This record gives sequence, structure tokens and C-alpha cells, in this order.
Amino acid sequence: MTKDDCKKLVLDIIADIAPDEDLTNVRPDVRLRDQLQLDSMDFLDIVMELRKRHGIEVPEADYLQLASLDSCAEYLTPKFNALPARG
Amino acid sequence: MNTRSHYDVVIIGAGMAGLAAGIRLAHFGREVCIFERHNAVGGLNGFYSRDGRRYDVGLHALTNYVPPGVKGTPLTKLLRQLRIDRDELALRGQVGSRIAFGPGVADLRFTNDFQMLEAEVARAFPAQIDGFRALVAAVRAHDEVSLAAAPASAREVVRRHLSDPLLEDMLFCPVMFYGSPTERDMDFSQFVILFKALFLEGFARPAEGVRRILRVLLAKYREAGGERRMKCGVRRIVLRDGRAAGVELDDGALITADHVLSSAGAPETEALLSAGGLPTPRPTAPGRLSFVETISVLDRPPAALGWAGDTIVFFSEGRRFDYVCPAAPVDVRSGVICLPNNFAYEPGEALAEGWFRVTSLARPEDWAAWPEPEYRARKQEWFGAVQASARRFLPPVPDADLAAATVATDMFTPRTITRFTGHQRGAVYGSGVKHRRGLTAAPNVYLCGTDQGFLGIVGAMLSGISMANHHILQRG
Repeated sequence: MTKDDCKKLVLDIIADIAPDEDLTNVRPDVRLRDQLQLDSMDFLDIVMELRKRHGIEVPEADYLQLASLDSCAEYLTPKFNALPARG
Repeated sequence: MNTRSHYDVVIIGAGMAGLAAGIRLAHFGREVCIFERHNAVGGLNGFYSRDGRRYDVGLHALTNYVPPGVKGTPLTKLLRQLRIDRDELALRGQVGSRIAFGPGVADLRFTNDFQMLEAEVARAFPAQIDGFRALVAAVRAHDEVSLAAAPASAREVVRRHLSDPLLEDMLFCPVMFYGSPTERDMDFSQFVILFKALFLEGFARPAEGVRRILRVLLAKYREAGGERRMKCGVRRIVLRDGRAAGVELDDGALITADHVLSSAGAPETEALLSAGGLPTPRPTAPGRLSFVETISVLDRPPAALGWAGDTIVFFSEGRRFDYVCPAAPVDVRSGVICLPNNFAYEPGEALAEGWFRVTSLARPEDWAAWPEPEYRARKQEWFGAVQASARRFLPPVPDADLAAATVATDMFTPRTITRFTGHQRGAVYGSGVKHRRGLTAAPNVYLCGTDQGFLGIVGAMLSGISMANHHILQRG
């Protein structure tokens, strides 16, 4: 998985959690909270959807790593690539 | 047929809170089952059929309504958390509502545009408008959903800003009628929840009423894999070493569970724990506030009788408003009129019949105690008194005209509420003491719903969501 693939997966999750947000021009280097109206309930949902859909665990201490799409990609891509191949 | 004997989570009660909690838990893969003693979902906001007609219970209007595009409010949080597209609920805004004292003392109109209420206060109470604006600023700044908020008297906070007792009571009238579990005064956080829900946000309703909302919730729950068992009450929570091991059903069957989430109410849940051998050291007293509601079905829309301009009217006789459990079976001096036809429905959605509903405070002991024939006779007697009192606050319609237009009537009482929801004393807004964190005497039994303290149907659903998130999902 590339970092761009990873950003797309995160955006897919946000699109399902917050369908009322316009995601066409989300800047990857800006904090998600600063450009979208996402609250702590929404961030919790991003974490839980990552677990549900992809088996990725994000411990609470690491929630800050999900601040922007870039930081999501930095943090999550290695986790995705470390997953056992799905059969 | 759901026949499993173990779940990750057992939910007691299929009302708004239980269903919302169930959707969250099932969506994130928990094995969850809702147990409901009644044969219908909805709890305090359900519906029933009689002579082929469907009657809503509880819901006059969905409060907390905001139009599309407004974010960060309870309604939008709820839609996101439950993955509901707002079009699914088909909410239509109110025409306009009114707080009416006297009759003839003062009227304040309000709509889903808050500027209307502000202009009305400026018109009717010019000396109070600066104080009113300061109060609104305090309400907006308050974090009412904090799970750790310290209790404060809403009356004291409001009096810091307003000096006219008439305006004070006029603001408390709708706020208390739509959710205060306590008499005379209420916790400021609860005042803020309701003030925002009623005035800063607004009223809406699907043309089909509460059924539409319940159908959406049931579909989400089913799609997520949640199970439910109807006519299947919980008679005690089974305990082992101070923790819930599961629940025993009315038929004696035992269901084991890792967590129990109860929307039965605080005193009712404490009774279930007590039946299992774990008494609560300081039990929660049941609430003191219950209501009767008269319902008239009309052969024409209320507008045809001259009642076109009001969706909801909150009325009180004279200049004061007494929100207390009455000394008589019903206190007809004050109440809430609901005309469900008066929402801005889309073409083709107009309700087939007219509806005229009036809700007033009632004393549950009387309604609970009467034997059936007297109960029926008293219902008839008070039906007339409640409607006559309320009609003083609507444009006049001759008795004969209303009688000619009426095709059916019904009335529910505190006795009906207890029978169908299990809430002691017919306490519609639950106990006066709220349990914000949802904790009980057992570490894996949590409360959700009205006794957790978020109010209104949006509040009830957010309560289920918050407790499921906080106690179960966030723990991983």
C-alpha cells in the first residue's frame, strides 16, 4: 500500500461518517479538524472504522497521529503493510 | 428466531435510547440483543393502533431540528453516529409556535428562526431585552453535555439576567413541559439542553410521525446485525461477585452477557439489581411529573377551524406557571396544545385527518388507584376539562363545530404510561436525579435514556450513543 492509497482509505471512512462534509478539496497537510467539522465523536469513529474494516488498532495515545491526512498516511501506511495478507 | 443464550451486550428496553445504543454496538461488531417487555418499540415515544388509526404517544415534535448544512448540533451528531441520511427521516419544520399566558396577559411567538423569539421578547418586554440577550449568551456558552457538570439552579441563573417574573415563567413553561423531571426549578444544564433544543434549534416532524423515526432506527439496527426480542421483559439482573452475569427474563430464561445497558430508568434498573441481590445504597426516587393527553381526531385540518397559525402552544392561566405534581387528578390551568397538521409538509404529505392534542400535568396516584369503571368515567370527565381549558388559548371555535368535526377521541394517562413503559408513577421525564455517567451499583450495568439526563427524543438517542461509546466501545 502506498501513502496515497492510505489517504484514500481514510477519506472513504470520513465520507461515510460525515456525509454532510465536502471532501473534494481536503488539504493533506492541514489538520482535518481545521478544515472539516469533526468532533471527538467523529475521531473515535475513524479509529473504530479502521479497526472494523481493516483490522488496524490505534491506541488512544496515538490519536494525535490522525490529525491530518499526511500524518494519517505516515502513521497508518506501515500498519497496513504489516497486516498479514488477506486470503 | 433469536434463541442465543449469550450476548456481548444485553440492552433493556427498545425505546429511542436502547435502539440507538444497539445500532452503535451492532455496527461495531458487538453481539447485542434488545429485550422489550411490550409488543411495540418506541417506549415513551411509541405509537399504537386503535380502530385502524395510528396514534403517536409522546412525540409532539422532534426538537433540536436544524436545517441541512448546520453542523455540530445534537441532531447532526446523532445522524452521523447512527449513519442516518437526514432525508431518511423526512423532517418538516414547524409553522410556528407560541407561549400564551392569561389568556390575554402576554403571548410570545417563536419559530425555527430564533430571531422571531428575540423580536417578540423585545416587543412584549422591552425593559428585559438586554437581560434576555445576556441569558442567551450564557446558554450558548454553557457545555451542557459535559459528563462532569456541577448542578446549578436554572431559576437562579435566569434571575441573574431577567427581573420580570412573567417573562421568566413564560420561558420556563415550554422548557419544563418538554423535559423537566423536577418541579418548580431544574438543573441549569438541563435548562440549557432544552432551551437550545426548543428555541435555538427548533421543531420538526415527519409526516408519518414517530413511526418514521422508529422504522429508520429498526432498519439500521437490523442491517447492523442487532437482535431484539419483543414481549420479553427482564425481571432481574443476575449477579455474580457484584457484577452482572446476565439477565433473567419474565419467562424464567437466563441470558448471559458481558455488559447490561438499561434504558428502563434509574429506579427501575435499581429494582432489577435489587431483585438480583444487589441493593443500591441510596436508591433513586421516581420522578413526580406525569401527564394526561387528550387526542381528538378531526374530519378536517385544524386550519379549517381557524387554527392554522400554531404548531405547538404552551399555555398557562394568569401570570404564573406552576410546574408541580398537582393536588387534583389533572391541573388544567396549564398545558401544551399540539396541532400536528401544522408543519410545513411537502405536497402530497398532508395528513389525511386533523389532529388536536392537549397535554396537562396529572397526579399519578389517582389515575393508578381507580378501579376500571371509575377510571373510564374520570377519563371522560377530565377530557372535557382539559380541552376546554386549552381552547381558551386558541382562536374561538363553537363547541358544536368542534363536536361536529370530531370523528374519534382518545386519552392517555399516567396509568397508560406505566402500563406500556414500566416507568414508575408514569414519570415521563424520569427521576429528578440524573446519572450523567450512567453508573449503577454494578460495574458492568449502565443506564441510558431519560435518567441519564439528555432530554427529548434526540437527547434520548444521544444518551444511548454516548453510553455505548463511553462504557463499551471506547474500552476496546
